[in-house]
Amino acid sequence: MPLLTLDGIGVRLGGRQVLSDVTFSLEKGDFTGIIGPNGAGKTTLLRVILGLIEPSGGQVLVDGEPLHRRGLRNKNKSAIGYVPQKLVIDPDMPLRARDVVSLGLDGYRLGFSFPSRQRRELVDEALADVGADGYADARVGELSGGEQQRVLIAHALISRPKLLLLDEPLANLDLRSEQEIVTVLGKLAREHEISVLLSAHDMNPLLSVMDRIVYVANGHAASGPTDEVVTSENLSELYGHHVDVVRVHGRVLVVAGD
Amino acid sequence: MHYLFEPGLFSSGPVRTALLVGAVVAITSGVIGVFTVMRGQSFAGHSLADVATTGGSGAFLIGVNQFWGFLVAGVAAAAVMEAIGVQRRRGRDVATGVVLGAALGAAALFLYLGTLRTATTGASFSVLFGSIFVISPDTVPALVASGVIALLVVAVLARVLLLTSVSPDLARARGVNVRLVGIAYLAALAVSVSLAAVAIGAVLSTALLIGPSATALRITKTPGRAMAVSALAGLVATWLGIVLAYDSYYWPPHGRGWPVSFFVVALVLVGYLLSYVRPRGKRVPRSPHEGVECSPA
Repeated sequence: MPLLTLDGIGVRLGGRQVLSDVTFSLEKGDFTGIIGPNGAGKTTLLRVILGLIEPSGGQVLVDGEPLHRRGLRNKNKSAIGYVPQKLVIDPDMPLRARDVVSLGLDGYRLGFSFPSRQRRELVDEALADVGADGYADARVGELSGGEQQRVLIAHALISRPKLLLLDEPLANLDLRSEQEIVTVLGKLAREHEISVLLSAHDMNPLLSVMDRIVYVANGHAASGPTDEVVTSENLSELYGHHVDVVRVHGRVLVVAGD
Repeated sequence: MHYLFEPGLFSSGPVRTALLVGAVVAITSGVIGVFTVMRGQSFAGHSLADVATTGGSGAFLIGVNQFWGFLVAGVAAAAVMEAIGVQRRRGRDVATGVVLGAALGAAALFLYLGTLRTATTGASFSVLFGSIFVISPDTVPALVASGVIALLVVAVLARVLLLTSVSPDLARARGVNVRLVGIAYLAALAVSVSLAAVAIGAVLSTALLIGPSATALRITKTPGRAMAVSALAGLVATWLGIVLAYDSYYWPPHGRGWPVSFFVVALVLVGYLLSYVRPRGKRVPRSPHEGVECSPA
């Protein structure tokens, strides 16, 4: 049974049909990219999966159970980890990296929590999983974009989700941080068998780790294994103008042509 | 010859009441203020204070204790702010220019009418700048209870408030009703502002809310410590302010004490400025990559 299934999802926002008939599914440990131009509806699609937007049609199944049925929310809540788009954390926020990760455990519950040995170990482990243990005690607002991204991934990871959703995690990163984040996410999918579903407008940094592509454009989505989707003919048709798929030093690159 | 701690200081009933209420106000404002600054709601705090001024002066006009005026107006304003979304940027401009101006205008009218009726200007002063030495003992239980309730609300919401201050979407994705949390928090903020209005006056209450927390956020790096430092800084400013005001009876002009609110607000400012003169090297450890990569842009 697939971990996540979107079946005929349609979304209307403000009277406008933003997405229609989006169907794809994700297996355990899959690394999937939702690729498409800005404004194509990638964020909307992620928000539907999170239950933040009610679809106008179709259904989302997590582990075979409908996401939006009442009573399942609690279970699904910890099944999905989420890293939102473009978070800017103010440098004056009195939160260390480890505080942000700790909020991933129970930040949605009422009450307050006291430090404990067990909590500290869980936080340290999550930070180590994403290679952020070096700045666990730094103020999160003073970290670089790539470092903050790792901390937020650790925040999402600490509740042991089966599925990790990331909204444009590579936006605004320099090339090196971009590659490091891709490596961390690839490792989580391979070694921890967490399904990774992320949105991106540029597929190039992801081609080495991405198993599947969901391509979103003009309100529709097409999905398939990366090797099948990434051909010159397919991409030219999706983008609406000529695209070359080239191989350099064993790596695949997608380049817009004339 | 006299001493800073005059012999009669702690045996005076009004001073003891002032110290007790001052402590409740300082701790409530200090703790809630940390969340106010973290959530970027200093403006909301200030707006509530402006509207509370209207409530306090209205209460004076009809002969009710000012605290109830502050409280009713503050909580009502919080509800309206939530309903019309004053916290959004555009709403703020409109609110500042139109609604808050009108609120303070109404306060001016109420105070004028009230002064005509009772032929005393003392009440206008106490609405605007506080009345901590003339709190009637029978309102003390209500003041203490309000402070405790506001603190309890924030204690229950603490984790959720922290998560939403990182990102409301993270909280929403975990099933938190972010809007409901915001309303409950705003209500606690209104109570806290009303308490501060009693102590140092409606127009100055924001100083006690934002000042100690801004100081604490500069020198601490965990939410718990920020709240502790903020409450402590507010407490020191308030108590020291009360002692100095009592002492100022002997300052020129002789026989008339200086206003407590002046001392409290001045001490809050001094505390904030001191947080800047701490040696740079001793500040919170920064990112190892600082200077290499700058902001997340």
